[in-house]
Amino acid sequence: MKKLMLLASFAVLMVLATGCGSAANSEADGGSGSKDTEKLSGKLVVGGSSALQPLAAAAAKGFMEEHPEVQIQVQGGGSGTGLSQVAKGNLDIGMSDYFAESGDGIDANSLVDNKVAVVGMTAAVSPKAGVTKLSKEDLKKVFTGKVKNWSELGGKDEKITLVNRPDGSGTRATFGQFALDNETPAEGITEDSSNTVKKIVSETSGAIGYLAFSYFNDDSVTKLAINGAEATDENVTNGKFPVWAYEHMYTKGTPSKLEKAFLDYMMGDKVQGELVPSQGYISVSKMEVERDANGKTTKKSDTDID
Amino acid sequence: MSPLCPVYTIKSRKGVCKMAFKGQQDSLSLASKTGGRLIREGFSFKNILQKNGELRGKIIILTSAFFIIAATMAITLFLTLQGLRAFTVDGINIIDFITGTEWQPNRDGNPSYGALPFIFGSFAVTVLAALVAAPIGIASALFMTEIARKWGQKALQPVIEILVGIPSVVYGLIGLSVIVPFIRSQTGGLGFGLLAGAIVVGIMILPTVTSIAADAIKSVPDDLRHASYALGATKWQTIYKVIIPAALPSLLTAVVLGMARAFGEALAVQMVIGNARGIPDSLVDPAATLTTIITLSMGHTTSGSVLNDVLWSLGLILLVMSYVFILIIRYLSKRRKLS
Amino acid sequence: MNSRLLNRLAISLIVACAVVMVGTLAALLGYILYQGVSQISWSFLTSDSSAFQAGGGIKNQLWNSFYILFITMLLTVPLGTAGGIYLAEYAKQTRFTAFIRSCVEVLASLPSIVVGMFGLLVFVNYFNWEYSILSGAVALTVFNLPVIVRVTENALCSVSEEQRAAGLALGMTQWHTIKKVFLPAAFPGILTGVILCAGRVFGESAALLFTAGLSSPNLDFTNWNPLSANSPLNLFRSAETLSVHIWSVNSVGIIPDAKEVAAGAAAVLVISVLTFNLVARLLGRIVEKKMTGK
Repeated sequence: MKKLMLLASFAVLMVLATGCGSAANSEADGGSGSKDTEKLSGKLVVGGSSALQPLAAAAAKGFMEEHPEVQIQVQGGGSGTGLSQVAKGNLDIGMSDYFAESGDGIDANSLVDNKVAVVGMTAAVSPKAGVTKLSKEDLKKVFTGKVKNWSELGGKDEKITLVNRPDGSGTRATFGQFALDNETPAEGITEDSSNTVKKIVSETSGAIGYLAFSYFNDDSVTKLAINGAEATDENVTNGKFPVWAYEHMYTKGTPSKLEKAFLDYMMGDKVQGELVPSQGYISVSKMEVERDANGKTTKKSDTDID
Repeated sequence: MSPLCPVYTIKSRKGVCKMAFKGQQDSLSLASKTGGRLIREGFSFKNILQKNGELRGKIIILTSAFFIIAATMAITLFLTLQGLRAFTVDGINIIDFITGTEWQPNRDGNPSYGALPFIFGSFAVTVLAALVAAPIGIASALFMTEIARKWGQKALQPVIEILVGIPSVVYGLIGLSVIVPFIRSQTGGLGFGLLAGAIVVGIMILPTVTSIAADAIKSVPDDLRHASYALGATKWQTIYKVIIPAALPSLLTAVVLGMARAFGEALAVQMVIGNARGIPDSLVDPAATLTTIITLSMGHTTSGSVLNDVLWSLGLILLVMSYVFILIIRYLSKRRKLS
Repeated sequence: MNSRLLNRLAISLIVACAVVMVGTLAALLGYILYQGVSQISWSFLTSDSSAFQAGGGIKNQLWNSFYILFITMLLTVPLGTAGGIYLAEYAKQTRFTAFIRSCVEVLASLPSIVVGMFGLLVFVNYFNWEYSILSGAVALTVFNLPVIVRVTENALCSVSEEQRAAGLALGMTQWHTIKKVFLPAAFPGILTGVILCAGRVFGESAALLFTAGLSSPNLDFTNWNPLSANSPLNLFRSAETLSVHIWSVNSVGIIPDAKEVAAGAAAVLVISVLTFNLVARLLGRIVEKKMTGK
């Protein structure tokens, strides 16, 4: 009797659960599969990378102003969430700081990549350390813990304190791959938010972390030049500064009509020409170099400037 | 008897209404049993409508009981299965996982998943938080029950309730904006670290410890106090020699319950502990706990990846630990019954 | 003499500890309100939050907190009171009830992040509810249910034995007795307990992180169709609550005025919780007065 009731209550739960779930699904899909040829309508759920989130949110706002029937919901969650949820179909567009190929357990072939922007990153150093540029070798020494004091690198007598990002964060992956040549950073405080990293670096003498270019908008932290190359947008576009990453928007399979419209909008002049530079990103069309999923960087064969 | 069949005798409420009516319970339950029997015998003449009401009530009530059981079993089952994936599917050695000190999940070619620093961090925060909360909590409980019996309860009870109600993120925020800068100014380090985490969590579990400790001390029979005072003992001697020993198992329960809460606390700790992945050298070094590494990394992992599976294994450790805390509390309450 | 001195010393220490506790609360509340109240303005409460610019509000988060609380309570209160009644009034001391009690104990002591992970696994992924109000509310139900069960059980236990016996002696069935005698008598206790639980649910964050999500669509407060994507009533949209917002602006957020937003949101949160507390006491007292007919 007890068992029977247990089974029955489980069954009821399951029916309820799947019933509700499918209702939500059909509702979410209703928009993207719309047959309406003229007017766009429906709902898109975009989620993932917090580095791309502000741009996507701003673009979504603009898009919704042009198409009032469309609802676009932009969520954060991190690149990993973006990739796995888009692969599962829970997100319509998944945002990621890294290629789906480097995401563990993701079937990259099922996803279609759209590179919507480029983000440059560099090390952020406390102004009290007295260092403004480092060679890549020295940078590696700093982050692997071989050098413990800034005075060893010509700076002031301040103990080096590392500020890391969590495993799997796009910023950490990019910085680790292109600034540290895949060497593993030594132990240090780990913070997820760029604001927090900036705050800690600015308040702790001798601290070093890494941030996207857009966070270097005041004098509270020093923007470090690497291997003699200043961390500027120009140096990223011409390939002199190596630490940058594409911001990806993935769809599962060929994008639906609504997804395609939004992605086109992302690549259009309004986003690429205005929003992208104003928020500290670099437009993909400006890049004179390109990079594949393995991290290999090559000169673009024909640099099209528009 | 199946629980669906109507039961018409009132049960003795042993263990439910703890000490409250102990004295009267036996005689009363006898009386109500008699009453209950009368009703049962007269039941066949009761109208059918009432019988339906009875059945309906039972169904509502049993649904709830089954929901509770289903939820508990489902949580245990699902989290165990998901938590074991790292060992069964990804082939990580469970011993290496628990005793390893190196957490480098993203190292190319040679990732290592040693969870010991987080396990250590969780226990360190828990124990330190208990050290903060236990003395203050038990002393406040003594104040409420022994020193200012008349108004102490009235004054402190609302304080406890409000402290319990303050959300954990608010404690974390206070830690971030007050405690961390304070430690930084005192020690010169980052400020983020074990100590900051322990203080924040210690304050958080203070009300839990205080209210359970107060209940425990209240349940010490007055006879003991009178006997002690009659012997000429001072208040402190009575507290120290009579009341604390008499209430000891319950006081320990209070502390363990607080520790269980400290062990599972996530966001407040994550905001102040610094999340460094090594075993800290000192109290003011940044550290990480099981909960902080889960909240920090979960969003960055793709589900099905090894790192994701390992995070679920850390969750499984949390689950196992909450069972362990329950077992400890059960053991303590058994001792309480014996004494 | 020596023991007297010791006595005095020890007692002053105990008093000092009690003062520390009251002082902590006063300092906490003082700090939060002092920092936060100046941030609270009508526009802060009624504008959308911002993903990256300064000057965002908390309108949607505030609504989400209340909505999730409402749904959770809708699920928890009937189930929880029923469970409490079962344990207090029906259950014999059998192994079955002992098992239910153990389950309540386990559920009550689970860390909320574990409940959140369970919610992610089962509600979000397996049932495919995604990050949504529903996933969040059901996860909170799992975690709030044992508390309500205990509250009910305790309240019923404090109903006097005479009243029980009287009910049964009048020839009422047990369910009828519960409905007409025990529940009214225990009502003030249950009500107070439930409102205090509501305060707890309102401030919960870790369990919601993985179930209700870290973002909220910009809600259209003129659209009350629960099936529409940006309707405030939609159960299947992601919903960041106030307490999750405080954590996220500090830990993963990118807005420049995180500190101000967090301070303001914390003040709103604490004021709400204090209100719950106050209302619980007042209502409890009023209802009790009415019940006892004084």
